[in-house]
Amino acid sequence: MRGGEMLSEIWVSVRRNKLRTFLTGFSVAWGIFMLAILLGSGNGLKNGVLANFGSYATNSLDLYGGRTSKPWKGYETGRRIRLSNNDLDILKREFPEVEEAAANKWLNGIKAAYGGKFIQIGLRGSFPKVQRMEGLELSAGRFINDEDTRNFRKVIVIDEPLQRILFKDEDPLGKQIKLDGLVFTVIGIEKGDARRNNSSCTIPLSTGQMIYSANDPEVHNIILTLRGITTSAQMKDFEQRLLRRLAAEHGFAPDDRSAVWIDNTLERYKNIMIVFGGINLFVWIIGMGTLLAGIVGVSNIMLVTISERTAEFGIRKALGARPASIVRLILTESVLLTAAFGFIGMVLGTAVMEAVNRHLTATQQTSGGPTVFLDPTLDLGVAASATLVLIIAGLAAGYIPARRAARLKTIDALRYNK
Amino acid sequence: MIKLHQVHKTYDNGSPLHVLKGIDLEVARGELVSIMGASGSGKSTLLNILGILDNYDSGEYYLAGRLIRRLNETQAAEARNCMIGYIFQSFNLISYKNAMENVALPLYYQGMARRKRNALALEYLEMLGLRDWATHLPNEMSGGQKQRVAIARALINKPQIILADEPTGALDSATSQEVMNLLRRVNTEMGMTIICVTHEQSIADQTDRIIRLRDGVIDSVTATGR
Repeated sequence: MRGGEMLSEIWVSVRRNKLRTFLTGFSVAWGIFMLAILLGSGNGLKNGVLANFGSYATNSLDLYGGRTSKPWKGYETGRRIRLSNNDLDILKREFPEVEEAAANKWLNGIKAAYGGKFIQIGLRGSFPKVQRMEGLELSAGRFINDEDTRNFRKVIVIDEPLQRILFKDEDPLGKQIKLDGLVFTVIGIEKGDARRNNSSCTIPLSTGQMIYSANDPEVHNIILTLRGITTSAQMKDFEQRLLRRLAAEHGFAPDDRSAVWIDNTLERYKNIMIVFGGINLFVWIIGMGTLLAGIVGVSNIMLVTISERTAEFGIRKALGARPASIVRLILTESVLLTAAFGFIGMVLGTAVMEAVNRHLTATQQTSGGPTVFLDPTLDLGVAASATLVLIIAGLAAGYIPARRAARLKTIDALRYNK
Repeated sequence: MIKLHQVHKTYDNGSPLHVLKGIDLEVARGELVSIMGASGSGKSTLLNILGILDNYDSGEYYLAGRLIRRLNETQAAEARNCMIGYIFQSFNLISYKNAMENVALPLYYQGMARRKRNALALEYLEMLGLRDWATHLPNEMSGGQKQRVAIARALINKPQIILADEPTGALDSATSQEVMNLLRRVNTEMGMTIICVTHEQSIADQTDRIIRLRDGVIDSVTATGR
């Protein structure tokens, strides 16, 4: 059958049943609309989380001191393992894989005061290189540096919530705030969600250890960036050697997994990816389920159309229409119906996601907070696969009706409804 | 033109029904023949087999020298398209196509370009006096006009035979006569072989030969002497 002719025949049959065509087309449009919304949202969630994650070095590893769970060399279980400055030196010295090492110590319940206002803040003693390793961004000033650490300077990097609470419209840089009575100079402001009501500020680790814990060299967590480790197997091997060394140093069983907690970003990244793989699969399953309802709808309309047109197909066959041309007519009608309505659904879905995106970008700019939802749009690949799904859907919807029409004998078709 | 030899046909709808019990029939080129018979005598079945709308179980059917046996739907469609023209009792025009498009439909399935086949369709409508009705839909026409459109459609692919199944069954006597005159004209002027199933004696009397069927066999063949 030639194309133009077939299209005009399809147009006639569609036009004669406007309401029914619309209702079934709507279910396909709705299916694709939901698929677009779901996939767009999934994308947005993924982009948002990855954007937050992206600033972390993906080759880093965090160590936390824990409690032993096995007795070892006369020590009983439940002993706290205290990581210290010394461990930092050991790791740097003895492990060639360690590119950089840094540490944090959290000092809680510190009262920060300025100009008659005060608030409890979380304070951490840290290393200058933590800024790079954690991907911290500053909105003003500078981060702590090596000079600060060496000279036990009383300097502090505050965050945006603290800036809002203590300083309002004042410029905090160079101002002196009191931390539990001791004066610190503000040298920088860390970017973050200013609307939060809790604040976390950073001072040099050396200063923190000296002032707030009587020069106790304990650190709460050690951050390592690694080089030359690319596979999970290498990572596992490295972790084991690390644990053995720390076990010898602190006197815990080398296979005691709770004495020192290891959290590596490679694994975390992989886990997040697995989660998103799952979410993605889930979204597709739900979307396809919705779409399936639409396919059944189109299949139904095609079946009704065929029984209405059975006599006509009989006439056509009597006049020389091959079964294949009838099948082609039905399949084309089905594909065109699903494609047209599916396209409408896809356009609407994309439009909605674009609108959401625009709204998000607008609010993002005013608040500047972190995101869990970023750029929730459909990429070209998804649009292409959705189109493919549509065409397959159309073929699937047309298959049963077409087979039925083709199997009908001419003589029976001619007698149909008479 | 047509040669049937011992054609049998059995329908099997639950219990087997032997409808045609060995038909032997020959129709020469340019004949206008009628088939008569009571309902259930097998005349429709015979016409369907002649028109390649249905298969037969055993025997032989030659149409214009070609053995027609066990064709699949695609082969049958092609054979119908180029060898046979149909005229039905209920006209069987496609309701949403106008007269010209209905007449041109067989040519469409031959792959002829739209302009060319529409021009040809207009020629045939002209011949049948329906030139002014070319753009009308079937439901805007009278029964006689519809049957003339159907005749034009049957003629347009220049078939070997025309099969008419009760062509006057839905028409009043005056219109019936018009249609019969037209068929006679087509028969004499164009030399077309026509086989016409009817139950009206007055219609059958206008054909060259009357073949009577009874219980699946040919009961008698009468030449009308026209």
